[in-house]
Formats: sequence, structure tokens, C-alpha cells
Amino acid sequence: MASITLQNLAHSYAPNPQGEADFALKEVNLKWGDGEAYALLGPSGCGKTTLLNIMSGLLTPTRGRVLFDERDVTAAPTAERNIAQVFQFPVVYDTMSVRENLAFPLRNRGVDAGIIAARVDRIADMIGLTPLLGKKAQGLGADLKQKISLGRGMVRDDVNAILFDEPLTVIDPHLKWELRTQLKALHREFGHTMVYVTHDQTEALTFADKVVVMNEGRVLQIGTPQELFETPAHRFVGYFIGSPGMNFLPATIDGAFASIGGERVDLGKSYGSLEGAVEIGIRPEFVKLTSSNGLPLEINRIQDAGRQKFVNGNVFGAEVNIVMDASEAIDAGMTRLAIEPAKISVFQDGWRVEPKGAE
Amino acid sequence: MEKTTNQRAWFLVLPVLILVAFSSIIPMMTVVNYSFQDSFGGNEFFWVGLEWYRELLRSERLWDALGRQLMFSSIILLIEIPLGILVALAMPKKGWLASLCLVLIALPLLIPYNVVGMIWQVFARSDIGLLGRVVTDLGFSYNYTQDAVDAWVTVVAMDVWHWTSLVSLLCYAGVRSIPSAYYQAAEIDQASRWSVFRFIELPKMRGVLIIAVLLRFMDSFMIYTEPFVLTGGGPGNATTFLSIDLVKMALGQFDLGPAAAFSLMYFLVILLVSYVFYTVMIASDKAEAGQ
Ligand SMILES: Nc1ncnc2c1ncn2[C@@H]1O[C@H](COP(=O)(O)OP(=O)(O)OP(=O)(O)O)[C@@H](O)[C@H]1O
Ligand SMILES: [Mg+2]
Repeated sequence: MASITLQNLAHSYAPNPQGEADFALKEVNLKWGDGEAYALLGPSGCGKTTLLNIMSGLLTPTRGRVLFDERDVTAAPTAERNIAQVFQFPVVYDTMSVRENLAFPLRNRGVDAGIIAARVDRIADMIGLTPLLGKKAQGLGADLKQKISLGRGMVRDDVNAILFDEPLTVIDPHLKWELRTQLKALHREFGHTMVYVTHDQTEALTFADKVVVMNEGRVLQIGTPQELFETPAHRFVGYFIGSPGMNFLPATIDGAFASIGGERVDLGKSYGSLEGAVEIGIRPEFVKLTSSNGLPLEINRIQDAGRQKFVNGNVFGAEVNIVMDASEAIDAGMTRLAIEPAKISVFQDGWRVEPKGAE
Repeated sequence: MEKTTNQRAWFLVLPVLILVAFSSIIPMMTVVNYSFQDSFGGNEFFWVGLEWYRELLRSERLWDALGRQLMFSSIILLIEIPLGILVALAMPKKGWLASLCLVLIALPLLIPYNVVGMIWQVFARSDIGLLGRVVTDLGFSYNYTQDAVDAWVTVVAMDVWHWTSLVSLLCYAGVRSIPSAYYQAAEIDQASRWSVFRFIELPKMRGVLIIAVLLRFMDSFMIYTEPFVLTGGGPGNATTFLSIDLVKMALGQFDLGPAAAFSLMYFLVILLVSYVFYTVMIASDKAEAGQ
């Protein structure tokens, strides 16, 4: 096993990439710690699959290096890297039985027959394939086929990392939860480095110790679910994590005060003076509807979702969402928005700005 | 709900029925008619029953031709199917090179049959033909007009040259339809090149291969023009295949009755072999999926 370091990684599918736009991965610097479980989260087309394929050696990056511990494997073929990967759509070897499918990666590596049998039984048991071991893989349904693909990824115990590329897309929600639990159990038991790609944030947050958020070919932040929630490094992270996402209000900042549409908001910490496109970000969970003080709010709609109420409105033209407890009452006089100063993030040109003297 | 029956729908099938009647059924029935009769010059026919069939089944000439025919079909299938697969796998998968290969490979298929015969007749001549000359100069004694083995080699080589492309094109289509995830998964599983072929490509080509074998079998079993132009069925009767024999009988000797009986039996053999092959393949498909 090894830690995996990506240095200045960039990749373009075009033969002669010209500008930035030609690059599917723009510039990635990242270190995957040995034995940790990561989720790689990002919207469709942001380069998640590309990144995984570069790590497993299916793709050679246009620029940059891939290191396993200290060893440069950028040009090394898949076989030398010893990485398992599970793909979004199930791949099974139709003419083989389920047992042969699971044994295939081990057989190819010349593993002892006794060990193969034991490993296959073990994994089949974990993911509930034992009763099907003797069957041909061909006639099975998509979810069973995907279980086989997962099994083939998990059956090797000497791998440097296991990469899952949205493996549960074709699986129904109930089974999804169960399989994810199995994956976590496997991680706890064998301590493989695992990277789990998804664009579903619940899936990411429940699976991983650390979440890597990508957008448009860049890694924006890597952190625990709590860090992503409380201190998003980029406005996209704030918007993408949480439901509904973070609220953004254009502002000008002077010292410890923000001015939003002429109203002064106390930030509690000093940021000096900031140039460029400056916004403050605040989670819907940390704003309150009041009738006395705060920013003027125009309410568009109120949704009651049982345990919570969702309020949607505008503050100086910017859309704002508020999440409040179902027990809190709303009355007609509540047309002001109060913000918890401690929970405010400040963004300059999209990136988070730390307050002065915070460190 | 009450089911309504409307027999007028049959009228919609009528055009097809008429077309098929004129293009297949009526001509075929004429042949059936001939096969039960004998004719003397002019237009006099009289009924002979199954006589022609009995005579043909007893004739050595027919059995010999059938033997040669089966041997020929087996040989070319054994060569063209594996060779076609190899060519398909070796072809580039994308880019202008792939298009170029496709065009080059399709060329032999576009040449009229009798021209193929002519090309090989000249190409294989041991005095002026490029191939014949080279083989002779290399020290082999080779003359396809005199030696039966040489004639067979030449006819087989011609058929392989002419038709392997068809197998390749079909297999190429099969290989191209395999999603790239399969190759990626195989790479991750560290499958050897042979395993990729055996467990991914071959199973995915199965469908097109069945079609390729059927087409090549039927076509080679009915082969006429190319060997007729190349060897005329000789030397002796060495390359006289069923259809060459049939034409000799029907047109050379103008024995319409026996020739008609011959045609029908010929037709039934092809139908039978194709049917058996197809049924067996489909049955094994079902067995595999269902077990
Ligand atoms: N083989 C390819 N050739 C050309 N462009 C590609 C290829 N594969 C991906 N791309 C492009 O590269 C970008 C990143 O693709 P990638 O598949 O890595 O995204 P992703 O994050 O995995 O998306 P998804 O969530 O839809 O799987 C996309 O814009 C895509 O169109
Ligand atoms: Mg993807």
C-alpha cells in the first residue's frame, strides 16, 4: 500500500490542446493519504473519471506526475500500479460463472488456488453473492452484475488503492445503502486507500472520512464533511454542499464590517479591505427571520417539510434560503433577515478569505 | 373487451404474396414439375414419378460432387473464419486509417464473380501469372490446369481472397460494438491479450460469427462462377462442384428432368444444413442464458 500524490496534473483529450478550455483536468495537486477513505464529489463532467483513470494508469496525463509514495509511476502501465477500479456501468465476463468472475483478477496475478477460493467465498459472502456463485454471469440483472464488478474490485487484498467510479448508479436505493455499508466495513477491515466517486453529496458524506470537491477540472477543497460545511474554500463548495446550498450576498468589506445594499453588517472579525468581486456567504441554517433588526427580506414562498420549514426570499435582489425548525412560528411582521456573524464566510473572486489574525 | 375480427386485413398482405409468387413460388414449382417428368425434343413431357430422384441417388457422379462440395466448404470455413477474426482484431479502431482499411478490405467484395475468376486465372498461370511465376521460380512444380491438388489450392486461395473480407467486416462491426469499459476492466483485472479475446471479444462476436458462418456456408456450397471461369471444373472432375455439375447436366446435356430433381435436392441440403446449424446455435444460446 502507498500514499498517492498527484503533482501539477493536467489532462486534455485533444491531441493538441490550445487554451484552458481544452483541458478536462486543469491543474490538480493532491495527496491521497495511505489507508484513508475519500469521496470525490463534483458535478457531471468535472473530470472525476479522468482523474481516476489517470491514477489507475488507464490514461496517461498530458502534464504532471503521479507518485506512489516516492516512486514516479506516471508512465507505468496499470499492471505495475496494482490498483483496483470499479466502473459506473457493470462489466462482467458473460461466459464465466459468478465464481470465475470473482476469481479472475486473482488468477491473472497467479495467486494460489486455495487462497483464491477462500477470498472469493469471503467476498461473495460479504456482498451476498454466495447463492449465485455457480451461475453464469450473463443472465443476471444489472444490480447483480454490478455486485460482481464490485466483488472483482474488492477481491484483491494486496492493492495500493481501490477506486470506485460512481459504482452504485444502477443500483436501487435500498441496496445502495447496504452496499455502501459493506464497503465501509471492508475499509475498516483491510485499510485500503479508497476513492469513491459520486455526484451525490449524501453518498459522499456518509462514505468518507475526507471529501474532495471538484468543479470544472479543478480540485477546490479537501476536508472533512464538517469543514466543507462550515468553512467552504470556494463559493462552489458552499453552493454544492448542503441542501439548499449556501446563500451569497454581494458586499463591500471594510475592516470588520460588511455593507450590503447600504446596510451595515457586523462580521465580528477584520478582513482589511478587499478588492474584486466580494461576497459574504451564510448557510440557510444560520440565518433567522425576525421582525426587528437585520436586512430587509422579500419572502417568495414558504415550504413546510414536516420537521423543517424552508423559506425562500430576496435580499437586495439576491436569492436567499432559510431553514428553520418546524416549531418556530412565522408571522406577517417578520420581514427582516438576521445573520449569525460567527458563521459568515467571506469570498473574494469566488475563493474564501480568512479573517486577519485568525491564525 | 370484445375482440373484433376483421378478415379484410388479408388484402394488405396481397401485394407481397403476389410478388413472392412471381419471384419464387411459380419458378420453383416449374422446377418441381420438371423433376417428375421426362421430355423429348420439342415440348413433349410425360410423367416419370420419382424415377429421376432414384437414379440420382444411385449415381456416383452426384455423390462425388457432393463430397467435393462438402470438403470445399469445410476448408474455406476453417480458413476464412479464423483469418477474418484475426484481420478484424488487427484493424485500427478509429481515425482515417480505420476508414482506409475498411475501403481496402471491402474491395474484393465489389468485384464481379466472373472477373474474380479471370483475375485468378491469369494471376496463377505458371508461365505469365505473377503468383504462378513466383511459385514456379521458387522451385515448386505448380500448374493448376494439370494438377488436381494445385487446382484445389488455387480455388481455395481465390475464395479466401474474395470472401475473408466479408467475415472481417462482420467481426469488425462486432468488435466495435464492445464498450470501452470492458477493455478498461480487463486491464484493471490484468487480463492477458488472449483472455481479452477469449472472454470479451469472442463472446461479443458470437452473433455476427453465426451469421458469417451461415452466409459463407451457403455461398460456398453454391459456388459456381469463379471455379467455372478458373478451372472449368477440371482437371478431370477435380473441381467439379455441385452447381458446375448441375449446369453441365441441365444446359450441356439438356437433361431437364434430372437437373430439376438435382436442383431440388441441392436446395433441400442447403436448407437442412443451415437450419440445423442455426437451431443448434440458438438452442445453445438459450441454454447458456437460461441456466
Ligand atoms: N474519451 C474522451 N474523449 C474526449 N473527451 C472526453 C473523454 N472522456 C471525457 N471527456 C470530457 O472530459 C470532461 C471530463 O469528463 P469526465 O468523464 O472525467 O467527467 P466526470 O466528472 O466523470 O463526469 P460524470 O459525473 O458524468 O461521470 C468532460 O467534459 C467530457 O466531455
Ligand atoms: Mg464519470
